[in-house]
Amino acid sequence: MYKEYEAIIGLEVHAQLSTETKAFCSCSTKFGKTPNSNVCPVCLGHPGVLPVLNEKVVEYSALMGLATNCNINEYSVFARKNYFYPDLPKGYQISQYKEPICSDGFLEITTANNEKKRIRIERIHIEEDAGKSIHDSGSETLVDLNRCGVPLIEIVSKPDIKSPEEASLYLQKIRQIVRYLGICDGNMEEGSLRCDANVSVRKIGEKILGTKTEIKNMNSFKNIERAINFEIERQIDLLEDGKQIDQQTLLWNADLNKSESMRSKEEADDYRYFPEPDLFPVIVDEAWIEKIKTQMPELANARCERFINQYNIPEYDARILTNEKSLADYFESGTNFTNDFKSLSNWVMVEVLGIINNEKISIKDFPISSENLTQLINFINNGTISGKIAKEVFSEMLTDNKTAEQIISEKNISQISDVSELKEIISNIFNDYPKQVKEYIDGKEKLIGFFVGKIMQQTQGKANPKLLNEILKNKLSSLKNN
Amino acid sequence: MAITKEQVRHVAKLARLKLSEEELENYTKELSSILDYMEKLNELDTSNVEPLTYPVGNKNVFRKDELGISVKTEDALKNAPLKNDKYFKVPKVIKSNKK
Ligand SMILES: [Zn+2]
Repeated sequence: MYKEYEAIIGLEVHAQLSTETKAFCSCSTKFGKTPNSNVCPVCLGHPGVLPVLNEKVVEYSALMGLATNCNINEYSVFARKNYFYPDLPKGYQISQYKEPICSDGFLEITTANNEKKRIRIERIHIEEDAGKSIHDSGSETLVDLNRCGVPLIEIVSKPDIKSPEEASLYLQKIRQIVRYLGICDGNMEEGSLRCDANVSVRKIGEKILGTKTEIKNMNSFKNIERAINFEIERQIDLLEDGKQIDQQTLLWNADLNKSESMRSKEEADDYRYFPEPDLFPVIVDEAWIEKIKTQMPELANARCERFINQYNIPEYDARILTNEKSLADYFESGTNFTNDFKSLSNWVMVEVLGIINNEKISIKDFPISSENLTQLINFINNGTISGKIAKEVFSEMLTDNKTAEQIISEKNISQISDVSELKEIISNIFNDYPKQVKEYIDGKEKLIGFFVGKIMQQTQGKANPKLLNEILKNKLSSLKNN
Repeated sequence: MAITKEQVRHVAKLARLKLSEEELENYTKELSSILDYMEKLNELDTSNVEPLTYPVGNKNVFRKDELGISVKTEDALKNAPLKNDKYFKVPKVIKSNKK
């Protein structure tokens, strides 16, 4: 980015609420069913039907509002947003316009240099999703209305975001919150979480906002950063060339790594919003808010703080462990079986996360229970096995569905931690290698590694390394001093 | 005239209606006379009256989040002029226009 410019970014995030049924009818919201099978006269937009609001949609939206420090508006109403598109059979989308369910909130992101930054939220409103059009199949467009009427919340930020990285962090935070709340699965590939960005640039010090453009179709964190970056540079290049920025909507093309104009100002939207006469106002009073608050789980930030204090682990660890609720649950259930929280944290962050990230699975599908992982850690701590052997046992636990205890006893790999047994092994090795013993006594102390190697070879790595080192050193120095 | 020909043309376009010059003239006149008539209401002082959106005072009319019965795909497609066995078919829409 050119140094004398700054970017001003606002995000509109759509999150699909994970209710069983649609917003205004009792059809299923399940993804990937036979096309046009989760439909009824209401979501097909047949004349004369009446929508009835799903109560859970209100509760989920209010939960999100509470989690992002919003006001939950006591009075909110629905509006019709009119536009024609084949995947919107009514000819309008039911949305909220002037009186949304939540407004004036904020959330906090932690930037790369560990600074906390507050991004304000202008509003959160309820709306319904449209269906799905398939354009690339022959001469006609195919329309599937299964998704039509699925409840969404749209979370609109203030233009407080200053860089593509901040945009990505903000969205990651939203994803974390909706997943902690359990109100949206946060799956960007399947479109459960979608994001549009409003971007403008201006010279630093300038008071007036530049002309903004809107970018759509960014379906991954990487694409969001790339698309916004591309747009900032495009706008600055135009200004540097003395040209104007057209107010327009752009579609991000991830294959070509560039944005393409979708429509320009002349065709600007004219949605002719008006109150939806088929739906009554929603009144969320204090009593209801109190009831919704009882469903509020401990969120990531609070849990992170608690992990630091309760388990005495570094903030770095706590942040990684609490990033996903399911991972935090995994760690926390493990703490019931050990007091070595730091080792547990290391194993979860390095070994467990390594595997679930590599294999792109969820912690819920991870084959080793946290109880069994903890047992393995306890075997290291009580000297039964070394850390090195533990890694091998861990790999077997992954594939064999056996506990550490079973593997250790079946393979007879528990460590030799018996002092007299180790002493005997050392004596035998000294007898086998008198030349090396003499060289050691004559000052070649590096040979201690040679003896450790030989003993490990002979015991198949089972000698307790710490104990072995200790005894070996004692023996050698007593030989030397005699 | 309470409404101009251009405004009528615009509203017609938004409603996907194709109007002839003659229809345009007629609608401009008719709509204007209706709007003029409605203008009468503005003679009343309503500055102390809240706008009434809902004639009945109902609020919080909800349903539980419980699955009901959807219609069969075959029935859902029954009224469609163009379809295949699973999808509605519409003339090709290339440029996306959705929110
Ligand atoms: Zn339905």
